Amino acid sequence: MSAPRGRRATRRRLGIWAQVIVLAVICVVWIYPLLWIVSASLKDSLGVFSGGLGLIPDSLHFENYARAWRDADFGLYTVNSVLITLGTVALVVLRCALAGYVIARRNFIGKRAVVAVLVATLFAPQGLTIIPVVELSDLMGLLNSRTGIVLALAGTGHVAAVLLYAGYFSRVPRELEEAAIMDGAGFLRTFFRVMLPLAGPVTATVGVMTFLAAWNNFFLPLVFTFSRPDLRTLSVGMLAFRGTNSTDWSGLAAAGTISLVPLLLVFLALQRYFVEGIAGAVKS
Amino acid sequence: MSSVTRKVPARRRGLAARIWSERWAYAFLLPTLLLFGAYTVWPIISSLYYSMLDWKGLGAERPFVGLDNYREAFGDPLFWKSLGITLTIIAVTVPLRVGLSLLIALVLNNPRLPLARLFRTALFVPAVTTTAIIGVVMGFIFDPAGGPVNQLLLDLGIVDQPVDFLGDPASSLWTVMGVHMWKWFGITLVYWLAALQTIPATVYEAAKTDGAGNWAALRHVTLPLLRPFLIIILLLTAIETMQIFDLVLTMTNGGPFFSTLATEVYIYQQAFANSTPRLGYGAALGVLFGLVTLAFAALQAVGIRYANRARSSR
Repeated sequence: MSAPRGRRATRRRLGIWAQVIVLAVICVVWIYPLLWIVSASLKDSLGVFSGGLGLIPDSLHFENYARAWRDADFGLYTVNSVLITLGTVALVVLRCALAGYVIARRNFIGKRAVVAVLVATLFAPQGLTIIPVVELSDLMGLLNSRTGIVLALAGTGHVAAVLLYAGYFSRVPRELEEAAIMDGAGFLRTFFRVMLPLAGPVTATVGVMTFLAAWNNFFLPLVFTFSRPDLRTLSVGMLAFRGTNSTDWSGLAAAGTISLVPLLLVFLALQRYFVEGIAGAVKS
Repeated sequence: MSSVTRKVPARRRGLAARIWSERWAYAFLLPTLLLFGAYTVWPIISSLYYSMLDWKGLGAERPFVGLDNYREAFGDPLFWKSLGITLTIIAVTVPLRVGLSLLIALVLNNPRLPLARLFRTALFVPAVTTTAIIGVVMGFIFDPAGGPVNQLLLDLGIVDQPVDFLGDPASSLWTVMGVHMWKWFGITLVYWLAALQTIPATVYEAAKTDGAGNWAALRHVTLPLLRPFLIIILLLTAIETMQIFDLVLTMTNGGPFFSTLATEVYIYQQAFANSTPRLGYGAALGVLFGLVTLAFAALQAVGIRYANRARSSR
């Protein structure tokens, strides 16, 4: 009686470990291209070509980073990417929290129309909106500026963020607001002192997802910086670098590493919020 | 609640008074109305008008030409080819991605599987990387002269001559699709894991007390419960796949010989990259592309309604 059960348990444990081994192999293959970029960024140009699949460089060539950072202007591009991303995240969190709050809590004339327009434009592709966005920015004198990129990135889409805030605020008990008003807090104070701090988890999710979208965006900064190479972001700079230095593989790998590492660090630190933000699309 | 609302019944107040009493709500909406209005709503509406102009660059004359741009688009073999390529990418990668990620999600969802979180993280990592950077780097990884993929194939003796993955129109689209699947696989995986989380553990326990084995539980409990999610996940994945601009532009720029010319890349080339930009024609192509996206979104709305009905009838 006990012998077959023991054998079955052993078989099940073997099955689990077989799955673990298969998954481990898949995962190594999966992240290999990323490891290859980091490894290539430390090799000399010849080593990248002849090194094949090996990830360990013969000797470390940090001058690739100096070349990418200084000569290829990736220092400048990093500053641009950081400024544009931070500006966009701040603006999106603020505007979406404000809009989500009043949509959840107030009954104002035109609310249904606002929600209908938001939902109707949920899937507008960038190929449709990009030409008028460029023209409008040109008319406002914002085409060749970081401010213009931030405003366009913050203004395009982010419907899901508004809906996320609205959904969260509609579940907060009304007593909390009423208590704040009893204490003499006005509309603004109630929002900024009571409601917004309560929505911390939503702010984290929205902030992290917006960070990802802004840092990775390519189409918009590409067409906004045609005539201003000094305003390029990392993603646009990478394309330009290949255009001028198509043979400098190790320099390009270093440039790629410079732009990917901050992103991966943010992801690993805040993974939970990334996953929640993406899973939200299915759960709702 | 302000004191005004309590004193006067809402219906009897004038419109102006009602708007005034909610002035803070409008103030809170203002940033979104301005930004979203200027950068999302206005572009969608004005695209319809711009698509009827012969417009050769910012600040240039732009005479009204009616439906000429649309007429040209319908007779433009490259536009049709680009739509065909976009739809091919969707038809090939979406079912593969959704199916394979379901398989992995089912394995990862086992609470007794060691290292499940680590595996999920590893599979998800490409999804957070910058697509444009990946596109450029993949040019090296698939390079015929010294790229690691060709090195591996040569070392293993699978090929005797390096394969020009991205330079050969016969393989370029497949390579782009492969990288695209690799890049975004983690997103679909997280969709499925979220769907699996909605199935309470008690359902499995009940199945087990009824004597169901692992396979029986999967076939008769898990998969039927996941069916409503399948439609949502398929359509979400399809709509995301329509926007493949970053990867294609950086990996192949639509070439060689237009073999990877996705629609958004063609729009970009017409509107911005040509020696004489054609903004009006680009806008017309954008409108047509938007209509295709809208069709998918409409399908999704129907799908969600169906899924909700299936869920509530349980």
